[in-house]
Amino acid sequence: MTAQLPGWKSLPPGAVITRPGSTVEYKTHDWRTLRPVIDQERCIRCRLCWLYCPEGTIIELDKPYTTKTGRKYTRTYEINYDYCKGCGICAQECPAKAIKMVEEVR
Amino acid sequence: MGRFEIRWHGRGGMGAVTAAELTAMAAVKTGYYAVAFPEFGAERRGAPVKAYTRIDDEPIYEKTPIEEPDAVVVLDSSMVGQEAVLHGLKSGGWYIANTARDPEEVRKIIGRDDVKVATVNATKLAMEVFKAPIVNTAMIGALVAATGIVPLEKVEEAVRDRFPERYVDPNIKLLRQAYESVRKVV
Amino acid sequence: MAGKKKLPLSGNTAIAYAVKAADVDVISAYPITPQTTIVEKLTEFVANGELDAEVIHVESEHSALSAAVGASAAGARVFTASSSQGIALMYEIMFIASSMRLPIVMAMATRALSAPINIWNDHSDFMAASDTGWVMMMAHTNQEAHDDIILAYKIAEHPDVLLPVITAIDGYFMSHTIEPVEPIEREEALKFIPKKVTWSVLDPDNPVTMGPLGTPEWYYEFKRQQHEAMKKAREVFDEATKEFEKVFGRRYEPVEYFMMDDAEYALVAMGSVAGNVKAYIVKEARKRGIKLGLIRVKLFRPFPAEEIMEVISNLKAVGVIDRALAFGSSYGGPLYGDILSAAYTRGVDTPIVNFVAGLGGRPVTFRDIKAMVDATLALDGKTRKDVPKEPYFIGVRE
Repeated sequence: MTAQLPGWKSLPPGAVITRPGSTVEYKTHDWRTLRPVIDQERCIRCRLCWLYCPEGTIIELDKPYTTKTGRKYTRTYEINYDYCKGCGICAQECPAKAIKMVEEVR
Repeated sequence: MGRFEIRWHGRGGMGAVTAAELTAMAAVKTGYYAVAFPEFGAERRGAPVKAYTRIDDEPIYEKTPIEEPDAVVVLDSSMVGQEAVLHGLKSGGWYIANTARDPEEVRKIIGRDDVKVATVNATKLAMEVFKAPIVNTAMIGALVAATGIVPLEKVEEAVRDRFPERYVDPNIKLLRQAYESVRKVV
Repeated sequence: MAGKKKLPLSGNTAIAYAVKAADVDVISAYPITPQTTIVEKLTEFVANGELDAEVIHVESEHSALSAAVGASAAGARVFTASSSQGIALMYEIMFIASSMRLPIVMAMATRALSAPINIWNDHSDFMAASDTGWVMMMAHTNQEAHDDIILAYKIAEHPDVLLPVITAIDGYFMSHTIEPVEPIEREEALKFIPKKVTWSVLDPDNPVTMGPLGTPEWYYEFKRQQHEAMKKAREVFDEATKEFEKVFGRRYEPVEYFMMDDAEYALVAMGSVAGNVKAYIVKEARKRGIKLGLIRVKLFRPFPAEEIMEVISNLKAVGVIDRALAFGSSYGGPLYGDILSAAYTRGVDTPIVNFVAGLGGRPVTFRDIKAMVDATLALDGKTRKDVPKEPYFIGVRE
């Protein structure tokens, strides 16, 4: 089928994957139809998106942010677009309506 | 010696299966090949139970219930005379019963002049020893006394191996008493 | 090893003694007749300190084997046991255990499958497991049942094999029958099967992923590996039985031949019924001048086709006894199916006929065996075209 894949003689028995962490090589972003975008102005840093994301693609950063109205936050939340599949759970759960699902343009 | 096959009849809880096993153990200790097995089914206390012992000086291949026994042993006096007990008993074979009756009387009840009969009042002996009608070792005593199939001391060895310490002496006492008091007609 | 002490043990107890000698780490099982007393005895050993093992009490056989898979994946030496409907309930996990290449050993006390409910012996449960990827053996004495457990770990844990193994005995006819058995002591057992983890296990220091998704690009290769592992299992069986004989003095072959040296006819059988056939050969057939022998199949998976065919090719006619029925199949009994395929691919022309007998614990009597022998002898001088297309149903009421 696929010429470059290993044959049965060289694969480990029982389909055991012996190299830990190899899943990171599989970038799942191309499953995405809609892309979540966080509005840092509206975000209240409640962390709910981080909690709900089934793929762990919400990144919590020690990056201060000050809103236009002068509110200061010590943290910022961003999205790892390599693995976000665009499921929209974060947008659905966000109490501040700070996440918008926008069309993915490739 | 050739083949000797024993079928044990009792009720669930009387120890027919243990009797079959002890006799096989004693036979192995004597130098024979032997197997023992219960009638295969759902065990429940009080229901009629069959067990089997096969003894031979050659290896035993069969794995089927005994249809034509050389001896039947009846552990429960209420079963004496039952058709199921007599079934297939060989002519010249042994009918060994736990009963207060004479062997002649039992022979009349079962209506078989061609079989040898031995009786012992195992219930009475067991009540004296155990205060309970656990008659299995007594009936082995009767079987051994009547047929001479294995020496009594080999049964005693088997009893020592099989039972916890505190049950050994009463069982051996009962075994010997039954062995001494068996009555037979040949 | 002569002069060792023999104990009067039931088939089930003989198995429990061997499992104790193998020093298993985990026992995971759910009670079902006629297997129950195996695990009953083992829990007794654990309770009184004779065996240091974790006993996992589960709510079903599905869970029993699932827990066994988990424990084996963690590197434990694992044992389970079941029968009949219990095997049926394990079915899903049986494929997972074999394809994850976990060396679990399971004792099976074979029993008919419902309905109607029947707790007695036949090979329906064993045969239903025949394509699950487990190595499968069937004993026919309690000594063999005992020894098979030790052999099973030897084969299962061999790095070239890594497959789970079923060691079967016939329910009641063996599981509850007392025979003299020479038990193997733990020390000598562990010299033969040292406890060494030869398979990939879950280990926090060396993380691996077990049981991943196998997409169409990957799945087939792992099935091809399993086929190869089965072939290796045969080589390892031969090595292991040779070594076993050296250490313990008892020889086991994939196929046992009884009075076959000068035989012209043979019956092929598995399990306890083979004992009845042996008795018939000695007491009846040979006395009547019939040159009848027995071919007893001990190793069922991988199937020892080569040696069976070598023997059958020289015979005048052969009868195969099945204690199970493959409904609607082109053959009848499952054992017959394997024998026929082996005969076709090896070009063996001997007429071979099928007998289905002893279903649901019905005893296979001398009269039944005589009927089989008569039907087999009737094929003398005939070709395979003359073989009945349907099995003979022996001992059933019309």
